[in-house]
Amino acid sequence: MIELPTLGWQSIVILVVFGVSLLIATYCTYAERVIAAFLQDRVGPDRAGPFGLLQPLADAVKLFTKEEFFPAGANKALFILGPCLAMITALMSSAVIPFGNVIQFGNNVFNLQGIEVNIGMLWVFGIVSLGVYGVMIGGWASNNKFSLLGAIRAGSQNISYELAMGMSLIAVLMISGTLSLREITLQQSAAGEWHFWNIVKQPLGFIIFLVCAFAETNRTPFDLPECETELVGGYHTEYSSMKMGLYLFAEYVNVFVASAVMSVLYFGGFNFPFQYELRDWFVNNQGWALTSAQNLISVLGLLGLFAKIFGFIFFFMWVRWTLPRFRYDQLMRLGWTILIPLAIFNILLTGGLILGGIIK
Amino acid sequence: MQSLSNRAKKLEAKPMTLAERAYLPAIFQGLSITMRHFFRAATKRQVTVRYPDEVRPFSPIFRGLHVLKRDEQGRERCTACGLCAVACPAEAITMVAGERKKGEEGLYREEKYAVSYEINMLRCIFCGLCEEACPKAAVYLQPDKMAPPRFERDEFIYGKDRLVEPVDPQARSIRGIQLTPEQAAALAQRMAQPA
Repeated sequence: MIELPTLGWQSIVILVVFGVSLLIATYCTYAERVIAAFLQDRVGPDRAGPFGLLQPLADAVKLFTKEEFFPAGANKALFILGPCLAMITALMSSAVIPFGNVIQFGNNVFNLQGIEVNIGMLWVFGIVSLGVYGVMIGGWASNNKFSLLGAIRAGSQNISYELAMGMSLIAVLMISGTLSLREITLQQSAAGEWHFWNIVKQPLGFIIFLVCAFAETNRTPFDLPECETELVGGYHTEYSSMKMGLYLFAEYVNVFVASAVMSVLYFGGFNFPFQYELRDWFVNNQGWALTSAQNLISVLGLLGLFAKIFGFIFFFMWVRWTLPRFRYDQLMRLGWTILIPLAIFNILLTGGLILGGIIK
Repeated sequence: MQSLSNRAKKLEAKPMTLAERAYLPAIFQGLSITMRHFFRAATKRQVTVRYPDEVRPFSPIFRGLHVLKRDEQGRERCTACGLCAVACPAEAITMVAGERKKGEEGLYREEKYAVSYEINMLRCIFCGLCEEACPKAAVYLQPDKMAPPRFERDEFIYGKDRLVEPVDPQARSIRGIQLTPEQAAALAQRMAQPA
């Protein structure tokens, strides 16, 4: 029996996840511009390559060739560290997301997941809250009052919305009883009986989580850290060249990760309806082996998860070009006096329903 | 205070209903509006004119770049009478008149002709008064050509080299509109006939 070293396989998966995150973030910049254009009855980028598909390359070349600017009085080390941290933390959180079920070749079972840990959700949460350091350090090091204000806003906004986000998550964890993202995904389906996705059990929790995800990724209507009408450019006012690009990139990676987490937690992850029926049909009617049928289902599930993720990314952009920005006091009021009580109510409600045996 | 017109309407801020305070219905309304626009744009009913590829058609009475016309035998019509320069409110036109020499009958229609004829396109306001003033039907403003932007000021002074229309009937136009092959053939036939 040939056994691939687990570390080797996992590092390949991690590299692929890394590359896919970057690729998706790259094309998010293109998608954002095209979607923005379409929502506003415009054309969008269509010059570079067919349908403008090479636009991200042109953008990258532009960003790399721009002047590297350091403001006077800036803390140079921290100034460079800021965008690096933003990018690193954004990319780290995608490691634990289960992108697909197992794929089996002979006796080798491969997980389509970077790292399977039993605290997956905590990992994502911890890394996401670290992400605010990139913004804070960048804003602080710029030696600019607008950058500093943007950084402070980012810090307070992220802390406020992490509370509501965490509490909406607790309700999910009460149902699943595990922090492992793979376990949570697998619980949302089972052969032979109806298993609903968590969105059916947690509609209120999902809405709270969605709103908080917008705030956590600094997307409109909660993009106050880079509110250009008040703060010039917020925390990245002083940034130019690829350091600026890294901040923008980190935002899109964060959007990708947030979409993936929402798909996994509430929309069944890599499960899709009638997957077991499809597998059994291949086994019974087409004479496939169980493993190859299961592999096919895994690949389809992988594509299904990405379809869900792209749907959420589209939703992020759709909302961005629809809603105006919140005022800062409105943002805080929404977070502290509406979302957090709602999340607590959701916990109580879920607990009551579990006790009553209505959901399990 | 008593309202003078008696039409003043007292408005009271109504308290928001729960649905309004929850934002979500209004958000979905906004999302549906933008989604309609998304599908309208995605199904290629955009209003954008992709300029270098597509050119928005000019109005048929658009007054663009000037042209000095030739007659049916390819002779310059302009006789340098100066009426266009007099009519010009922007004083953009200057010319130097000269006498036609023997043997130049095929070049100039009248005995007097413009040795030089210059229009300063930076001064010109494209009003078309020169076109109206011309007794010889020599100067016209073309409806499909514009004076393009340039880097140097002296490049905007258009001399006869850039104003007189080409001798070749294929490259000729009627009032600036490029001739169709049939029209060009008819013109060439007329030019071939002896005067």
